[in-house]
Amino acid sequence: MLFLLAILVGILYGAAVYMLLRRNIFKLILGLIFLGHATNLLIFVAGGLTSGQPSFLRGLTGETAGMADPLPQALILTAIVIGLGVTAFALTLVYRFYKVTKTVDFDQLSENE
Amino acid sequence: MTAGLFIFILLLVATVAPFLRRYLGNYAGWIYAIWPFTGFLYYLSLLPSINDGLIITETYAWLPALGINFTFYVDGFGMLFSLLVLGIGSFIMVYAGYYMRPYPMKGRFLGYLLLFMTAMQGIVVSGNLLTMFVFWELTSVSSYLLIGYYHEKPEARASALQAFLITGLGGLALLGGFVLLSIPYGSYDIAYILSEPNIIKDSNLYLPALILILIGAFTKSAQFPFHFWLPGAMTAPSPVSAFLHSATMVKAGIFLLARLNPVLGGTEIWTYTLSITGVTTMFVGAWISITQTDLKRILAYTTVSALGTLVLLLGTGTEYAVNAAIIFLLVHALYKGTLFMMAGNIEKKTGTRDITQLGGLFKYMPFAAVIMIMALVSMAGVPPMLGFLGKELIYEASAAAPKAHYFILTLGFLTNVIMVFLSLRLAIDIFWGKEPPYSKIPKEPSVSLIIGPFFLVLFSLLLGLFPSYMANPLTSKAITAISPDNDAIVLKLWHGFNLVLGLSVLTIISGFITFRFRHLILPFIDRINIKYFRREFTRVFFSVLDAFLGFTKVKTKTLQHGYHRFYLMTIFVFASILVWIMIWRADPVVIELDFSTMPLNLVAVVILIIAATITTVASDSRVVSLISLGVIGFGITIIFIAYSGVDLAITMIMVETLMVILAMAVVFHLPKYKPFSSTGARMRDTLVATMVGSFFMVLVLQAGTSAMEIPISEFFKEVSYTQAYGRNIVNVILVDFRALDTLGEISVISIAALGIYAILKLKPSKIKES
Amino acid sequence: MESVLLKIAASHMRPLLIVLSVVVLYRGHNEPGGGFIGGLMLGSAFILYAMAYGVKKTQKSIFFDPVNLTGLGLLIALASGLPAILMGEIFMTGQWITLFSNTFFELKLGTPLLFDVGVYFTVAGMLMLVMFSILEE
Repeated sequence: MLFLLAILVGILYGAAVYMLLRRNIFKLILGLIFLGHATNLLIFVAGGLTSGQPSFLRGLTGETAGMADPLPQALILTAIVIGLGVTAFALTLVYRFYKVTKTVDFDQLSENE
Repeated sequence: MTAGLFIFILLLVATVAPFLRRYLGNYAGWIYAIWPFTGFLYYLSLLPSINDGLIITETYAWLPALGINFTFYVDGFGMLFSLLVLGIGSFIMVYAGYYMRPYPMKGRFLGYLLLFMTAMQGIVVSGNLLTMFVFWELTSVSSYLLIGYYHEKPEARASALQAFLITGLGGLALLGGFVLLSIPYGSYDIAYILSEPNIIKDSNLYLPALILILIGAFTKSAQFPFHFWLPGAMTAPSPVSAFLHSATMVKAGIFLLARLNPVLGGTEIWTYTLSITGVTTMFVGAWISITQTDLKRILAYTTVSALGTLVLLLGTGTEYAVNAAIIFLLVHALYKGTLFMMAGNIEKKTGTRDITQLGGLFKYMPFAAVIMIMALVSMAGVPPMLGFLGKELIYEASAAAPKAHYFILTLGFLTNVIMVFLSLRLAIDIFWGKEPPYSKIPKEPSVSLIIGPFFLVLFSLLLGLFPSYMANPLTSKAITAISPDNDAIVLKLWHGFNLVLGLSVLTIISGFITFRFRHLILPFIDRINIKYFRREFTRVFFSVLDAFLGFTKVKTKTLQHGYHRFYLMTIFVFASILVWIMIWRADPVVIELDFSTMPLNLVAVVILIIAATITTVASDSRVVSLISLGVIGFGITIIFIAYSGVDLAITMIMVETLMVILAMAVVFHLPKYKPFSSTGARMRDTLVATMVGSFFMVLVLQAGTSAMEIPISEFFKEVSYTQAYGRNIVNVILVDFRALDTLGEISVISIAALGIYAILKLKPSKIKES
Repeated sequence: MESVLLKIAASHMRPLLIVLSVVVLYRGHNEPGGGFIGGLMLGSAFILYAMAYGVKKTQKSIFFDPVNLTGLGLLIALASGLPAILMGEIFMTGQWITLFSNTFFELKLGTPLLFDVGVYFTVAGMLMLVMFSILEE
C-alpha cells in the first residue's frame, strides 16, 4: 500500500507544481491547495501506516502497544486548519486582485504595472 | 588620561558639537579647539618618556573571543603623528570656526571636522589591525561628508562620491589584506605582529596580503593612477583641504606603509613597487601642477607629488631614506597646512583663487604675505626653513638608493626644480605681480584666520634653525619605530661642501632660470599637457562607474524579471536536481509489491483521487475542477480513517467542505478560464512537475523503508494519561505538550481572518487612490 | 437563491450543532474531538444559518461579533498559560485540580481544557469572520 500512496503523493505534488506555474491566478490558488494536501499526506505516510489502531489509550492503565504514531497526526491537524486560513486569505486576495485590476492573468499585470 | 579615553571624549565632543554651535556663537571654533589642544599637550608631555623607550599599550575588550579588541599602541611614530593631527587640528578648528561664519550649517561642519579628527587620531594610535580598519573607514566616511559639504553643487557631490568610492574600495582591499596578514599570526595585534616580522615573510600569504594592503594605502594616499580624487576634492571648503590634504587623510596611507614597514618592507617586491609608484607619482604630480592656475589645485598636485616622494623614500628603505621620509612628512605637513589655509584666506579676501587674477597683494596684507612666503621657502627647500633639511636628506637618500639611483635622482631633481619654480611663481605673482581690479580692497586676515599659519611657519623655522635640539627629539623614535635596524641621523643645517649641497644650489638656480623664462617654457609645457594628458582620469572614472551601474541594471532586469512562474520554476528545478543527486547517491529502495496488503477498497479510493486530480488540473470548467478538488479532499479523508487518523478525518471533512464553499463563493466573481499558455509552455511545466512529483514519490518510499530511532511520541504515549490526564493523545499533544505551538497557530489563523476582513472592507476605489 | 428546505434545516440544525460542538469539545481530551473540531462545528452552525437566511439576519440573531469571538478565544488560550507562572513553573505547564474522584470515575479540570476552549472560540470566530465577509460580497 505504501507504494500506491507514494505514487499518490507524487501525483499530488506534480499537480501542485503544475498549477503553481500557471498564469491564471485562480489556478495558482488551486496549486496551493494541492500543495497542502500533498504535504499532509506526505507527513501522514512518512509517519508510518497503522490500520485500525487510533492513538487513544484504552483502559485505566493505558495500553499503547501497536498504536498509530500520534505526533504526525497532531502536526497534520494544525496544518489542515492553518491551510484553511491561508487558502481563505489567498482566495480573498485573488477576489480583490480581480476587482482592482480586472484581470486574472499575471502577465498582463506585469505589463500594465 | 589615556589614549583610548582621549579618543572617546573627542568623539563625544564631535557628537555634541553641531548642537552646541548655536549657543557658543562665533567663539565655537576656539572652544572646540580646546580638547584637541589638550591632547596635543598630553602627547607632548609623553615625549621625554617615549624617547626613553616607553611604548604605551591599552586594550578595551570588544570581541575578545575573536581576538578583536580596541587596542591602542603609542610609540614614537604614533606620537609624532598624534602631535601633527591634534596640533594642526586645533589650529584648523580655530580657523574653520571663523572661516565658515558666512555659511549655513557651520555647526554640522565643525562636527564633521571633529569626527574626522577622531578617526584620524584613532588610526595613528591603533594597536589592532581591525581597530585601525574601523577608524580607517571612518575617515573615508567623514571625508565624504566634508568634501561634499557644498552639497547643492553637483561637482561637489561628484568629487565627494569619487573620493569616497576610491578610498572606500581601497578600504575593502585593505580589510582583505589585514585578514590575510593576520592568518599566519593568528592575531590582529600590531605589537605582536611587529615583534615577529619573519612569520609573514616566510608565509605564502605575503604576496596577496602585500598587494591588498598596498591597494588600500595607495588609494588613500592618492598614488598614481589613483591620484585624481585629490585635486577633485579641492571643491571642499579650505579648512578641509588644509587639514585632510596636508597632514591627515592622505597621510593615512603613508602612515600605514611606514607602520607596517618592519613587517612587510625590505623585500624586492616592496622596494620595486613602492619605488616605481612613488617616483611616478612624484613626477606626474609636480609636472601637472606647473600649468594649473587654480591656487588650490596647484597645492593639491604638489601634495600628490609630495606623497609620491614619501612612498619612494619608504620603498628605498635605507637609513637615509627612512630619516628623510619622517623629516619630509613633518616638513610637508607644516608648510602644506599653512599654504592651504593661506589659499583660503586669499580667496576670502579677494573672492578668487585663480593666480592669473591675483597680484600686488603685498601692500594690502604684508604680514600674511611674509607667512605665506616663508611657507613657500620651506616648500622650495631653501635654508633656514625645515624644508631645506628635508630636501637635503631626500637627495642623500636618492643618491644612495640601491637601485636605479640616477633615474630617481634625475626625476627628484626635476621635481624639486618645479617646486622652486612654483614657490617663486606663487610668491611673486600673488604678492607683487600686476594688480587686477579688486571688487573690494583686500585686508589682512583676522587673528583666527592667521594664527594657524603663523604658528606652523614658526615651528617650521625653529625646527630648521635648531634641528638637533628640536627636530631630532621629535623624530628619532619615530624613525626607529618604523625601521628598527636604522638609527636617527643627527640633523645639521650645514653639512659642508659635498654633492648634495651642489645639487641644492643647482636646483635653486634652475628654479630661478625656469621662472625667469617662464613665458617661453609655460606655453611649451601647456602644449605637451594638452596633447598627452588630456584624457582626464575623472572622466574615465565616471564612465567606468556608469558602465558598472548599467551592467547591474541589465543583470537585475534579467534575474529579477517579475514573472512569478519563472521564479518558482527556478526553485523547483534546482531543488529537484539537488534531491535527485542525493537520491542517486543513496542506497536503492527495495519495493515489495505485495498485492495481498492492498485492500481493494483503498486501491479504488487512491485511483479515484488520482482521477480527480487529473480532472482538476485538466478541466476547462472552474466548477468541475472545484468539485474534483472536493473529491480529492474526501478521498484523503478516507485514507486518514483507514490508517487510524480519527481526529484528522473529522477535521478534514469539515475543512474540505468549507474550503469548497469558499472557493465557490469566490470563483463566482471571477471570469471563466481562458487558455493563457502555449502547448510548449504546458509541456515544459509538465516536465518540471514530473521532476518534482517523482522525487517526492521516491522520498516517501525511502522514508517508509528506512529504520528510525525510537520516535519522541513514545514518550507522549507513556505520559499522556499519567501526567496530562488525557486518553486522546493527539489532543493532548495539541493542548498540553505542544500548547505553545498551538497558540502560535491560532494566532496565525486569527491574523489571516483579520486580514481577510480588512481586505474585503477596504473598497477598491480607496485602494486605487492610495 | 431562496430555499425553504435549507431554511428549515438550518434553523433546526443550529441549536443542535451548537450543543454537539460543546460535547465534542469536552470529550476531546479522551475521545475523538477537541477544540479544533468543536470550533469548526460551532462555526459551521452559524455559516449554515447564514447561507439560508443571509449574513445580516444571522449577525442580528447572535449577540457577539466574530472579531470579538476570535479575540476572546486567543485571550482565553493565553490566560490558560498564566496559572503555571503563578505556581512558579514554566509558562503553559498544565495545572490540574481534581473535582471529584472515586474508584470508577474521576472528574478533573485543568488548564489544558481551558486552552482547548480558547482554541474552540478562536477557530469558530475565525471561520465566521471569513465566511461572513466573503458571503456578504
